[in-house]
Amino acid sequence: MTRPFVFEKPLGMRDTLPVLYDLKTSIREKIQRVTEGWGYRFMNTPTLEYYETVGEASAILDQQLFKLLDQRGNTLVLRPDMTAPIARVAASSLKNEPFPLRLAYDSNVFRAQEDEGGKPAEFEQIGVELIGDRTTSADAEVIALMAAVLEEAGLEDFQIAIGHVGFIQELFLSIVGNEERAAVLRRYLYEKNYVGYRQHVREMPLSTIDQKRLMALLTIRGDGSKLEEAIELLPNEAGERVLNELRTLLHTLKAYGVSDQVKFDFTLVSHMSYYTGVVFEGYANNLGVPLSNGGRYDELLERFDRPAQATGFGIRLDHLAEALGVTDHERLPNAIIFSPERREEAIQQASERRADGEKVVVQELSGITNLDAYSERFEDVTYLIGKSGKGM
Amino acid sequence: MLTMAMPKGRIFEEAVELLRNAGYQLPPEFDDSRKLIIDIEEENLRFILAKPMDVPTYVEHGVADVGIAGKDVMLEEERNVYEVLDLKISGCYLAVAGLSDGPIKGVAPKIATKYPNVASNYFRQQGEQVEIIKLNGSIELAPLIGLADRIVDIVSTGRTLTENGLMETAFIEPITSRFIVNPVSYRTKDAIIDDMVERLSAVVEGESADENR
Repeated sequence: MTRPFVFEKPLGMRDTLPVLYDLKTSIREKIQRVTEGWGYRFMNTPTLEYYETVGEASAILDQQLFKLLDQRGNTLVLRPDMTAPIARVAASSLKNEPFPLRLAYDSNVFRAQEDEGGKPAEFEQIGVELIGDRTTSADAEVIALMAAVLEEAGLEDFQIAIGHVGFIQELFLSIVGNEERAAVLRRYLYEKNYVGYRQHVREMPLSTIDQKRLMALLTIRGDGSKLEEAIELLPNEAGERVLNELRTLLHTLKAYGVSDQVKFDFTLVSHMSYYTGVVFEGYANNLGVPLSNGGRYDELLERFDRPAQATGFGIRLDHLAEALGVTDHERLPNAIIFSPERREEAIQQASERRADGEKVVVQELSGITNLDAYSERFEDVTYLIGKSGKGM
Repeated sequence: MLTMAMPKGRIFEEAVELLRNAGYQLPPEFDDSRKLIIDIEEENLRFILAKPMDVPTYVEHGVADVGIAGKDVMLEEERNVYEVLDLKISGCYLAVAGLSDGPIKGVAPKIATKYPNVASNYFRQQGEQVEIIKLNGSIELAPLIGLADRIVDIVSTGRTLTENGLMETAFIEPITSRFIVNPVSYRTKDAIIDDMVERLSAVVEGESADENR
């Protein structure tokens, strides 16, 4: 590689300039307030983790991990998500805390560089984990909280798609018989390749009825009424169990008042392989990528020796900020511009106004190169210039 | 309004015909306009005309909700979009070709192609170690003047190959055009997209039924 220009940053890294920082801060504060209101406790984990533990548990593809070596030769990763580190904490430092645990985080996570714009290598994620609760009430709670948080952040128009990894798995196993063949079908769904999925289903030695069931999976999506169609795909005990779960979920979401934004879509398969049950994604109407996602992961905690069922969501703050739009409404500070004779007065006045919560810059006149351009950067400017002020 | 990314060139006419057969009222001047953005208000559709290789890019970033793209482009670009329907138009296939079909000589055989990703995946699957040279067109030239030992390209009739004294040495996979959808639009504009998929698939299946008769 050629030597970078002085202004260059590593691929995929971004600066957050004051305007965006303000917007993010205001979103962050709102989200934190709501999340804390639901009794979730915020926490931090280290930026670096061992590759062998959190790195491998994270389910982010290996080539998307930033890896480095510490001085002792251990492989480390920049945390690629927060769910695995929080699972680690829940199973170690917090192992004496009784379940269910309600934890929240607001942290930057890292995914190794992509060549193209619009895919940052470092981004901020805000989310919650509800650990040690297997009930559908817990699934409903995190979905409802996600909706509450998006609404509070100011997003007017959003939708949530809900799927169920268990349903797909039971359907595939009941038709194709073994995990290996089910994995092939799952892979087509994960790759979003419906053409390949259909072709594969047509080529499999299956009865017409089973082929139809597999094909119908692609088209069953919509509101709660679609749940009743889904039972025809999987008319056995497992199917009934999953659908009862989803009925209860929908019912509970109605109680939270968020059922209008919700649609069911059984083809929703996350790239996160640790999900085991309900999965969901949040979308804004004006954004081409999902805002947030989450789901139930009942097997992840086992990897850290404290088996527990859990669910949670994460919101990408960069995507949310984009969906909300950077407001032109910059919140600029005020300024006091003074000449040396009135320095003390300026400092005095500023400290009084700051005590009242005002944002005040104190600037000596002779330090400014272009007064017109400079004063435009403030909401309001007070000039304390010349001898007259003192003692009056 | 739904935005649809259309590939300019070879696939365009067939794609427009397919949309017309599916009942979309596209005005006659649609076919030879030079505009890059065409709004059809009666249908609540906006078309953007893009390079075929770029269609999945527009759709992945969500500036187009849906698009029509060749499977060759999908394989090369590996974009995060739904491949919902095989439109069965613009059929051709990806193949390897060379001056002869004997074994490739030399320490590091060179492969010229417009599809570096596809070519590299194919030869890796074959367990062959090759070096890829990316070209942007007239791929057939490469083996003729000694730039590469083989080429990987799409073949429709095979005429270009024959006229340049090249022969096909391996078939990679069949190619047709696909209807692709942005993952968010797929869920937020589901009603209008499902309707479009249904109408297009009725035409596609009708035509393939005719062929089978």
